[in-house]
Amino acid sequence: MALDLSRFQATGRETCFHDRHVGAQIYAGLTGANWRLADYRARGGYQALRKVLGVDGGSPMTPDQVIAEVKGSGLRGRGGAGFPTGLKWSFMPRAFPGQKYLVCNSDEGEPGTCKDRDILRYNPHIVIEGMAIAAYAMGISVGYNYIHGEIFDVYERFEEALEEARAAGLLGNNILGSNYSFQLHAHHGFGAYICGEETALLESLEGKKGQPRFKPPFPASFGLYGKPTTINNTETFAAVPWIIVNGGQAYLECGKPNNGGTKIYSMVGDVERPGNYEIPMGTPFAKLLEMAGGVKGGRKLKAVIPGGSSAPVLPASVMMDCTMDYDSIAKAGSMLGSGAVIVMDDTRCMVKSLLRLSYFYTHESCGQCTPCREGTGWLWRLVNRIEHGEGRADDLALLDNVAENIMGRTICALGDAAAMPVRGMLKHFRDEFAHHVEHKTCMVPAYV
Amino acid sequence: MSLSESTKARFAREVAKYPAEQKQSAVMACLAIVQQEQGWVSAQAEAEVAEYLGMPAIAVREVTTFYNMYNQQPVGKYKLNVCTNLPCQLRDGQKALEHLCRSLGIEDGGTSADGLFTVAKCECLGACADAPVMLVNDRQMLSYMEPAKLDELIGLIRAEEGKVA
Repeated sequence: MALDLSRFQATGRETCFHDRHVGAQIYAGLTGANWRLADYRARGGYQALRKVLGVDGGSPMTPDQVIAEVKGSGLRGRGGAGFPTGLKWSFMPRAFPGQKYLVCNSDEGEPGTCKDRDILRYNPHIVIEGMAIAAYAMGISVGYNYIHGEIFDVYERFEEALEEARAAGLLGNNILGSNYSFQLHAHHGFGAYICGEETALLESLEGKKGQPRFKPPFPASFGLYGKPTTINNTETFAAVPWIIVNGGQAYLECGKPNNGGTKIYSMVGDVERPGNYEIPMGTPFAKLLEMAGGVKGGRKLKAVIPGGSSAPVLPASVMMDCTMDYDSIAKAGSMLGSGAVIVMDDTRCMVKSLLRLSYFYTHESCGQCTPCREGTGWLWRLVNRIEHGEGRADDLALLDNVAENIMGRTICALGDAAAMPVRGMLKHFRDEFAHHVEHKTCMVPAYV
Repeated sequence: MSLSESTKARFAREVAKYPAEQKQSAVMACLAIVQQEQGWVSAQAEAEVAEYLGMPAIAVREVTTFYNMYNQQPVGKYKLNVCTNLPCQLRDGQKALEHLCRSLGIEDGGTSADGLFTVAKCECLGACADAPVMLVNDRQMLSYMEPAKLDELIGLIRAEEGKVA
């Protein structure tokens, strides 16, 4: 396109280059202008890979040592599931004679989440380095980074970063003169939320519709092209270089037990300063909210969806007692998920909010499983009529029932992801839905 | 119209990323290239991509119809997708969509009479902290698009196109 639209593009100042990160490891020292290889090296980049390969003297780390370090770090998958990364890596069959694959899931489309985009566009080499180390640990020679199609400019930048790394001997054959080789490529999506699900992503990477696979077999035994495959989130890979340089124990210690390291939270919705905040695991939610400037316009906090749109909503009173880590949020009845924190103030109508989410899930259901394909549409139609003053007396019970019959009855987690917001809303804000049904009007007329 | 040599060269760069027997993996990229060059993905383009990659045309069609961003019919010269998902809705994403539609005199999903603009809501672009956000022709993401900036954008495009015509 000849037309220059750069004046409308984000500079990252608001979302990433602010001074409110605490103990940043992934976003540390970024300006937007220093994403290139030379800049990354000046920040100490690729030291971890050099250490693993033993190219600066000293002996190389063994794959077992690398995995042990990651296990000891308490690093858990940053894409949403929170599965221990070192354990996942140890599942890969070490002695498998054929090709194995490494895949980075950068298909960031969980509503509320925008952290991987800032990692990839402002610090792409940290992901490349993390992947190269992971591939070494699992004996993998080929990898792909599957990038959300909507952030095409980021995909193009990542391709540039790959070229830089190849030219510098950091990717390709005999990396840094060692006998270790790793080929890494970028692949883009083109608009499908479901491809963030790892087996749907693999189908998509194979050039098909992104419909999830039944598990087992798990990707570690039957993944890309039917070969053993490990898939991790962008932020997970980005955490690896720090762990190798500083040690797993140090990483663990900057979080809390069972929740190691820093985590990037996307603060979105009704806050003064929406953006990404990298802070130690276990930081109180109240502190994170304060960092984001508090609730927008000084209004009162009503509710928070703490882990991306699929996580059950929590009322303000519960949320204000939580710390931001997997265990605390789970104990409160929701999930940390991708770390997207959707903040809602006291002018927000929960029926209208759920209506938009329900539309999203029915729109993005891949259509493979009946409970999800039919159930998500049913949920949306129910919430739609409640919102528009046409709700019936037994609609809340019906919502419960439909959500109940989707949960656990589908191949992938999208079904659960569609049902959980409904259940969370009805658990904590049932009176609002009942008011809509009974009075045909909203309890919160200020909603615009 | 058959594939030009330059298009084939772009296809070849994508195919090279995958194992020789897995050319189909490049189908998403090839279709995105076709869309960038032709504005949409026609049945003929699908057939050409299928032939190039050695896969059935119906398998290409499955991809075109599954992923949201492929245009299955011609669209305006500038396709504007505005995210209205909940995090954006909380920060006036829906208002941005309505403002665009009103300014251009079209419905959500419609194309302006001069063929210059198509406007449609879309699902999460993964830039929620930048809301209201929009995507221009699949490849350029614009952030913090308040009504004044939307007006500026429309003015800029119209001025550019006036110059061309």
